[in-house]
Amino acid sequence: MSLSQTDRALVLALWKKMSTNVGIYTTEALERTFMAFPATKTYFPHFDLSPGSRQVKAHGQKVADALTLAAHHLDDLPGSLSALSDLHAHKLRVDPANFQFFSHCLLVTLARHYPGDFSPKMHASLDKFLGLVTLALVSKYR
Amino acid sequence: MVHFTAEEKAAITSIWEKVDVEKAGGETLGRLLIVYPWTQRFFDKFGNLSSAQAIMGNPRIRAHGKKVLTSLGFAVKNMDNLKEVFAHLSELHCDKLHVDPENFKLLGNTLVIVLSSYFGKEFTAEVQAAWQKLVAGVANALAHKYH
Repeated sequence: MSLSQTDRALVLALWKKMSTNVGIYTTEALERTFMAFPATKTYFPHFDLSPGSRQVKAHGQKVADALTLAAHHLDDLPGSLSALSDLHAHKLRVDPANFQFFSHCLLVTLARHYPGDFSPKMHASLDKFLGLVTLALVSKYR
Repeated sequence: MVHFTAEEKAAITSIWEKVDVEKAGGETLGRLLIVYPWTQRFFDKFGNLSSAQAIMGNPRIRAHGKKVLTSLGFAVKNMDNLKEVFAHLSELHCDKLHVDPENFKLLGNTLVIVLSSYFGKEFTAEVQAAWQKLVAGVANALAHKYH
């Protein structure tokens, strides 16, 4: 699986539109992940997970920055995400299934904030992009 | 067995009563076939699936999507005994249609995304969580009779 020129164009177009608000949507996606898939909370026992949590917001921004970096390095996701991959493999050890829960909740979030942009093709391209980011993140797991 | 609280049931029905089953069904099935193209394997005889536009405009896909969501309507009315409601459909999907149960999860999640795009503000995290529980319950019920 790789991103076509159309996929890349669509992903970058949405990223441009979201501008500095990516963190708002990744934070909402995190909140949705914790609520819809409660087992994901087991990775954050040290966090205040109540609505509006500053820790969740800060974490959302970290995720946003990583996704923005990825969106601008679509030619080399493994390379650009290498450090994050090491982190997730050796320190965080988040089970890979959880990235899919988060990716799904991010799509839910983007669909409700940008319904006019969320065509089936955009939906497919974003899903592919997030799938490739996940693959890069778990590439060093074993 | 899945148990739904009164709040979860209310969250689900408050959305469902506003859903246009034909429109949402067609949209959901169409998106499934576009986002996960390998799912087209079950729809070889459904006519033109050659592009996203063809899929979304295909009347047979739309009709089948309506059928699928109508079935989901039964689930909404019978949240406390999903396995019974879907027993026959489960056998059908295993014995006649040969559908990998993984596809039920894909369809369920695609429906949640479509509902989110339709209902925006109303589709809060709590509402989404209730719907995730329902689609997971339906997926399990549909897979229950597999052998």
